[in-house]
Amino acid sequence: MSKELIRLENITKSFDGEMILDDLNLTIHENEFVTLLGPSGCGKTTTLRIIGGFERPDKGRVFFDGMDITALAPNKRALNTVFQKYALFTHMDIAENIAFGLKIKNKSREYIEDKIKYALKLVNLEGYEHRMPDSLSGGQQQRVAIARAIVNEPKVLLLDEPLGALDLKLRQDMQYELIRLKNELGITFIYVTHDQEEALTMSDHIVVMNQGYIQQEGSPEDIYNEPENAFVADFIGDSNIIHATMVRDELVNILDTDFVCVDKDFGENKPVDVVIRPEDVELVPRGEGTLAGEVTNAIFKGVHYEMEVQAGGFEWLVHSTRLFETGTRVDIKVDPFNIQVMNRPESEDEEVLVIDG
Amino acid sequence: MGNSKKTSRLLTSPYIAWCLVFIIVPLMMILFYGLTDEGGSFTLSNITAIAEPVHFRSLILALILSVISTVICFFLAYPLGMILAKNRLSSQGIVTTLFILPMWMNFLLRTLAWMTLLENKGVVNGILEYLHLPGINVINTPGAIVIGMVYNFLPFMILPIYNSLSRIDENVINAARDLGADAFQTFFKVTLPLTVPGIISGITMVFIPALTTFAISTMLGGSKILLIGNIIEQEFTLSYNWNLGAGLSIVLMVFIVINMVVSAVSDSKGEDR
Repeated sequence: MSKELIRLENITKSFDGEMILDDLNLTIHENEFVTLLGPSGCGKTTTLRIIGGFERPDKGRVFFDGMDITALAPNKRALNTVFQKYALFTHMDIAENIAFGLKIKNKSREYIEDKIKYALKLVNLEGYEHRMPDSLSGGQQQRVAIARAIVNEPKVLLLDEPLGALDLKLRQDMQYELIRLKNELGITFIYVTHDQEEALTMSDHIVVMNQGYIQQEGSPEDIYNEPENAFVADFIGDSNIIHATMVRDELVNILDTDFVCVDKDFGENKPVDVVIRPEDVELVPRGEGTLAGEVTNAIFKGVHYEMEVQAGGFEWLVHSTRLFETGTRVDIKVDPFNIQVMNRPESEDEEVLVIDG
Repeated sequence: MGNSKKTSRLLTSPYIAWCLVFIIVPLMMILFYGLTDEGGSFTLSNITAIAEPVHFRSLILALILSVISTVICFFLAYPLGMILAKNRLSSQGIVTTLFILPMWMNFLLRTLAWMTLLENKGVVNGILEYLHLPGINVINTPGAIVIGMVYNFLPFMILPIYNSLSRIDENVINAARDLGADAFQTFFKVTLPLTVPGIISGITMVFIPALTTFAISTMLGGSKILLIGNIIEQEFTLSYNWNLGAGLSIVLMVFIVINMVVSAVSDSKGEDR
């Protein structure tokens, strides 16, 4: 793994007595695309603002390149931010907006002009130098905000839900642009979003947060395939999350039926949660599977059919390219390695709430 | 479509009638009186009368005092606006109170109160005497008039400035800091330019009433200090020379129009951007 760049140590922050971040620890490495992912109010934006210097943590310290920057003003930090809703200077034209940081640093005129050209080319806005921000579309303004940040050659670019205000098509285009930019610039991106698809598409490393705690960290594949708790499973993609009992190693009892799985070391007869992705639930003719059920609903989704199957007192969500009509009696079958067993939170506090993904 | 147009025309007609009767017609009459002599024949003498030393001095004094008052209002209002805009949530009530409360009292009464405060045997001197401090002689000086103007017109400066300050997205300020600007640079390069429209309308709303007032100068300036407003008032009420009064009003209107044009131009510029 590459060199450590930013480290948050025991960060605690509350607003008006409400705890936003509780003893948060996070390490970010050089040249990573890190996404802080979570529902609104999970503390992801506060974390970003603490890194940017716009909020001071109540407790804990922030390290940048080994230096303690907890008390450093935002204008002294070697990072730049792309804000939600762009936050362009509406009284300046595009060139002046981009030149803002460079003029503050007293760069020469030629240098600034070169940089403006370079940055506008990078974000595909050549020739927009003398337009005013209000005359640009949302997507164009977002590009200007990015250009304005990167001309300062930050080591880290912070992005606070930068695509939130854009429509779907534009958002998808910008996702690719951001990945391209990140690769061209070779710097660290810290990206905040509540959109799990965005996070999975762009990130090298995802930090899933909820209620001020980090729920899970890892690569997009890890987060998707091996969620560590029900919250992560539910937040990332569709899933069937079922209370179950771990009978013994490699055997789990789901809805009074024993399933073979690959997980170990949970103990015997321990209550657990299992998560099974809808595409991992196999429907087979009655008698050929593990658990008997009946299709209650089936709709066509384009790439696949989405079916609901009532089985063992649970409504299973199933994605399959093969259609079973509503009313069909079927069996459910799940491959052992597609059953993800998770510890069930023991206390109410630890219990993470179900959110609408 | 035609119907809704008709309805809207119908609905605006009372206002149009009001405009005609109480704004356009009086304006025409001022123009008529200002450009004629007592006999009703055309003359520019009422306009050129501004060059007479008494009139000219009173115009210059009115300009100086209203500029001073406007500047003082600006420097009082801007920091206050910033404080209010920063504590956005809790201050809404305070702003309303600050702006509205003094208005509950009659303007003349408020000015009269300052008279009582500033008189040579008034409240302020009473307190100073009690503290064995030398008394001050403010009443009937230009200083008293400025105090009266600032007191009466300050809310009109605060409100537009507060409005434009509170409209600035907090992240725009953060963005300036993020790009390396310190607090001063952020203020002068971002905050101040973004509030120019508010500043201009504040200036207009303070400068024009200050320039034309005669009530404040009558009460706090005694009869010795005559502003152009006093001269015009006297021509109408004492000398019954409506022609001269109207002529001087036209001259004063030129300054007001200049101010309005400047503010309109900067306003439309602000909207372009």
